[in-house]
Amino acid sequence: MAIEIRGVNKSFGDAAVLRDVSVDVTSGSLTALLGPSGGGKSTLLRVIAGLERPDSGQVVISGRDATRLPPQRRDVGFVFQHYAAFKHMTVFENVAFGLRIRKRPKDEIKKRVGELLDLVHLDQFAERYPAQLSGGQRQRMALARALAVDPEVLLLDEPFGALDAQVRKELRAWLRRLHDEVHVTTVFVTHDQEEAIEVADTIVLLADGVVQQQGAPAEIYDNPASPFVMRFLGPVTEIDGRLIRPHDVEIRTEPGEGTSPAVITRVVRLGFEVRVEFTVRGAEGEQAAWAQLTRETVERIAIEEGAEVHVRPRPAIKHSIQIA
Amino acid sequence: MATSETTPDVSAEGVSQDAPSAGTAPDETAHDVPRDMTKRDGSAGRPRRFTGTGRWPVGDGTAIGLGTVTIFLSAVVLIPLGAVIWKSAEQGPGGFWDAITTPDAWAALKLTVIASLFVALVNLVMGTLIAWVLVRDSFPGKGVVDLLIDLPFALPTIVAGLVLLTLYGTDSPVGITLAYTRIGVVVALLFVTLPFVVRTVQPVLLELDKEMEQAAASLGAGNWTIFRRIILPNLVPAMLAGTALAFTRAVAEFGSTVLISGNVPFKTQVAAVHLFGQIESDNTAAAAAISTALLTLSLLVLLAIDLLRRWGARRG
Ligand SMILES: Nc1ncnc2c1ncn2[C@@H]1O[C@H](COP(=O)(O)OP(=O)(O)OP(=O)(O)O)[C@@H](O)[C@H]1O
Ligand SMILES: [Mg+2]
Repeated sequence: MAIEIRGVNKSFGDAAVLRDVSVDVTSGSLTALLGPSGGGKSTLLRVIAGLERPDSGQVVISGRDATRLPPQRRDVGFVFQHYAAFKHMTVFENVAFGLRIRKRPKDEIKKRVGELLDLVHLDQFAERYPAQLSGGQRQRMALARALAVDPEVLLLDEPFGALDAQVRKELRAWLRRLHDEVHVTTVFVTHDQEEAIEVADTIVLLADGVVQQQGAPAEIYDNPASPFVMRFLGPVTEIDGRLIRPHDVEIRTEPGEGTSPAVITRVVRLGFEVRVEFTVRGAEGEQAAWAQLTRETVERIAIEEGAEVHVRPRPAIKHSIQIA
Repeated sequence: MATSETTPDVSAEGVSQDAPSAGTAPDETAHDVPRDMTKRDGSAGRPRRFTGTGRWPVGDGTAIGLGTVTIFLSAVVLIPLGAVIWKSAEQGPGGFWDAITTPDAWAALKLTVIASLFVALVNLVMGTLIAWVLVRDSFPGKGVVDLLIDLPFALPTIVAGLVLLTLYGTDSPVGITLAYTRIGVVVALLFVTLPFVVRTVQPVLLELDKEMEQAAASLGAGNWTIFRRIILPNLVPAMLAGTALAFTRAVAEFGSTVLISGNVPFKTQVAAVHLFGQIESDNTAAAAAISTALLTLSLLVLLAIDLLRRWGARRG
């Protein structure tokens, strides 16, 4: 294990921000710390980096108890959400900072910083100041700066949070490739479930200071531990008191085992995918729900607004949760 | 290794607003230079103008502002200053030199400059320290201390002089007599210049990104290194600006020193008080010469500090 967090508690005043949090991060993995805003993600990351001291519990980094170590001695690279660039230093000096602290020889520093700037595609920007970079470039500079000292673990707090959607997508794929190249154990914070599922090997879902579930993305997606987790990881709809994914809804023209009658209220075509909204007439009255179908299915069974149909969860699915 | 096409770069904005550069754009992206660079970095060369019709170029608004500022500064600063210089120039360079090198004038100027330099340096260190404590430490009564800093500024300086005289005069309640000594002059100057460095450094320190320090810490920097390499470089401009203000204020100080110094010529008489004496004895030409000397001195110091700051900024 690269990072073991054991029963960590942390409060600010009387607000409990982390409650008995235990997380394992495997060496060399790329782990997403996912959760809603205010859930305690940044706090947990700062506890790992030693920027925040837990009230109780233990932080073990590479087998070494780091709970009482100051940030300087944790061997952790931290990339802040707002980059925390050293404004008064050039890109080169920013990246060189950790090496200068370690009193490495000049030509070694020059070589290492050059390699890192290549890696993050900032080789042409070495002499610029952070104020002269775009957000994405500053982010990559911060990443290079953290990587320069070869940390045991790399912690990224919402690395793409402040960037627009397009750049985010690109950087996300780039981070995945970078990780495959550099292999440093990485934990990144995000509140975007799509980002977590796409990039990470492991997801830790943290909400209200409590770890709701941790595991591989597919595992969490398919076997959510609670309605909360299921809702957080993707779109859901409710049929017959069961919480299911809209793509697991079956719409038929004839009644069958376990179907409920429904009336189509709206059909929205979104390219290949069609969003079908309907009202279910269940035992306890009417209820709005929706399904995600392919265009082909919609055409085959002639779904249109006002049509009377029968709906049920697809019989084969595993991941639904009884909530009523 | 990813190729440059996959380089995530920001170049989403600004094509239409930056029409003149559109032709060169593909070339630039090939070199991994996002076009929006110019927006953040004014120095990158291309001025941004509205090329569309029916819209005011943004730059025009500043002409009115510039005009207003010029008129205001002329009326309030430049014309009076010009008059002083004019007055002292009437005597010719020889007359000017003679007026400021009479033994008593020269002694007053020397005392003023040395005391002011000393006071400015003390302020540089102590003012920064006080600002630091006020921003970074918490202690009971912090709010009161914060309020007290401005008091020397709010008080008429003659009142400050009176307070100091009562405190450190011949029958001092605290047993320290500084009246009629040069130390008394320095103490008075320290008192009235206290707020300058504190009040210029304090807001910068408040605004300073704490995460910069945390980033440095997690890269292995100890507290002293963090202070020296991260905090100090960001404070230096404000520290220098405050010091310059403190120095120029000290050079010109009258009210707070006139009482405690006792105005002993060749010993405790500062330039401003000497100047007042010259005017009282109807020697306006000499007064104008001394004024010009003080003015030149202050300008030189302001200039020197500005140059220092530019030099520092260029070095990064
Ligand atoms: N220094 C602090 N003092 C007091 N409260 C704090 C402090 N830092 C965080 N909190 C509180 O702790 C809770 C968790 O904060 P945290 O920053 O860890 O959330 P987060 O999951 O990172 O949220 P976001 O996604 O919005 O960044 C919040 O309610 C926040 O107000
Ligand atoms: Mg956060």
